[in-house]
Amino acid sequence: MNSMAARRRHPAALLLMLLVALVVTGGLYTAVSSTTSAQAADQPWTQTQVDKGKKLFAEGCSSCHGLNAQGSSIAPTLLGAGQAGVEFQVGTGRMPLAAPGSQAPAKKVIYSQEEIDAMAAFVGSLAPGPLSPTPAMLDTSKADLATGGSLFRTNCAQCHSFAGKGGALSNGTAAPTLMNATPKQIYLAMITGPANMPIFSNETLTIEDKQSVIKWIESLQANDNPGGLALGRLGPVTEGLFAWLAGLGALILVAIWVGVKAK
Amino acid sequence: MSEIVSSESSSVYDADGPNEVVLPNGRFAPAPLPHELRRADIDPKAAKRAERQVANLFILAMLMALLFIVAYVAVDKDTVIALPVIGTMSLSNLLLGLTFGLSVFCIGAGAIHWAKKLMPDVEVVQSRHDMASSEQDRAEAVEIFQVGADESGFGSRTIIRRTLLGALALFPIPLIVILRDLWVTPPDSPSPSALLKETIWADGVRLVVDGTNRPIKPSDVPVGGLVNIIPANLEEVQKAEGNLNARAKASSLLIRMRPEEIRSQQGGTTEEPWDYQGILAFSKICTHVGCPISLYQQRTHHLLCPCHQSTFDLADSAKVVFGPAARRMPQLAITVDSEGYLVARHDFTEHVGPSFWEQGS
Repeated sequence: MNSMAARRRHPAALLLMLLVALVVTGGLYTAVSSTTSAQAADQPWTQTQVDKGKKLFAEGCSSCHGLNAQGSSIAPTLLGAGQAGVEFQVGTGRMPLAAPGSQAPAKKVIYSQEEIDAMAAFVGSLAPGPLSPTPAMLDTSKADLATGGSLFRTNCAQCHSFAGKGGALSNGTAAPTLMNATPKQIYLAMITGPANMPIFSNETLTIEDKQSVIKWIESLQANDNPGGLALGRLGPVTEGLFAWLAGLGALILVAIWVGVKAK
Repeated sequence: MSEIVSSESSSVYDADGPNEVVLPNGRFAPAPLPHELRRADIDPKAAKRAERQVANLFILAMLMALLFIVAYVAVDKDTVIALPVIGTMSLSNLLLGLTFGLSVFCIGAGAIHWAKKLMPDVEVVQSRHDMASSEQDRAEAVEIFQVGADESGFGSRTIIRRTLLGALALFPIPLIVILRDLWVTPPDSPSPSALLKETIWADGVRLVVDGTNRPIKPSDVPVGGLVNIIPANLEEVQKAEGNLNARAKASSLLIRMRPEEIRSQQGGTTEEPWDYQGILAFSKICTHVGCPISLYQQRTHHLLCPCHQSTFDLADSAKVVFGPAARRMPQLAITVDSEGYLVARHDFTEHVGPSFWEQGS
């Protein structure tokens, strides 16, 4: 080791290090590109997509977010929102915004998936930001449902409710229901933190953890209501209200019938 | 004490009669309305029809009871059907509930219909009897008490009276001594007040992800990120103590905002702030009544408690901005250790969770 340390300032050392670095980078590149073809390079989009996205962005988004997505007085900058941010916001119909309000509601998606991918590529190409997941990252077949349930209760249930039905927040905002969310949308929301939702980074909630959470949410979505009339699955509040209004109401009607004199 | 007024005699109280009648006990009562005959009273056909209706209700009840058994045997419990308004539900549940409910309802409805249409419906007056006992009964009761008191000698045998009073006064004391143990702890353990004031967070204890126990580097937490954290040594402590008390007190959350967004913190100096490059850690146990809260709204930096809507501004020392909470959420001072993982610098300086009597200032 000492002899190596002594020679580290040798002119050849720089060349050697460069060579090593190139070999490592190339090796990693081939390793990655052979396993996940979707993410061929560090940019998972083509220049054609970026060009198309730029046009779509100029037409549909730039009036608020600015021509270069730099933001304005009425809309935030999208530099750093990344491919994933655009795919979530446009892919769930939250953007383009119909009217300013406390929160962008999910509505009908007006762009095709191809167009959304192009816009996501354009915004993603402007500045580094979160990337959309590959299909392999959304594969929940090996995920653990119990872990997912535990992570969901720790990280998600406080806003989205134990049943994933969403819930109220402050100042007119609300956590949306997860009943119609696709695995990809759930993943995108976790890594981008749309609106008031905090970001759950892949370092603290790993991709495997996210797969477990997605699997849990899928199990919530697939849950039947054997008794019918789920009442928002909100538990005792709505159930109690229903019992008081419908149950007692019916009893009062019967009592009135009993008390009325027959003709 | 009561008198039944027959339908014939009730005809004296007709619409032109007096508004009040004198009852047998000499009191006044409003006159009953004139009796009206029902259709079934006059028309034998109507009576027959009512009879059939009642019988039909009872037959329907029988049918429903039999259908319940059929549904129970024949319908697969996993069959799901979609209904308007109600949505999807189990067909088996629907049929069992409907048939059993209708069976019971038809029995009741038949009984009520029978009583209303066919049973006699003459008005009956029943006078209320006096609430007080008669003079004689009262006098007798006083006498019995007096005789008892004299015979027992409670008044004359003073020594018995005094010792009995003494015994009654002393017997609750053992109960108080037992209850006292609830707040007096063994000499080698800290007082409950001290236990409530300390958590297992300490200098150098790593912050790990709740659920996966992964240590956290500052680079793992993006701006706008949230991590539910516990102390790295929580599981050993939990095992040793055999309960979840340590978790209940030490559960915390970690968030990151841009350093310039932090308006104030609960401690630290400019050189050694309690945050780490915008990463802030706070207790997760609401200071109102102790709900675990992590409804962090990353745009407003508000932390919202779902139980009673207490809201804390995490960018401003976690001060209460809304709701019933009276104290801010305690902040955990953090830094990084030699390996670059986030660690606590010391325990919370304010006690976590709801306020209590002995908390001090």
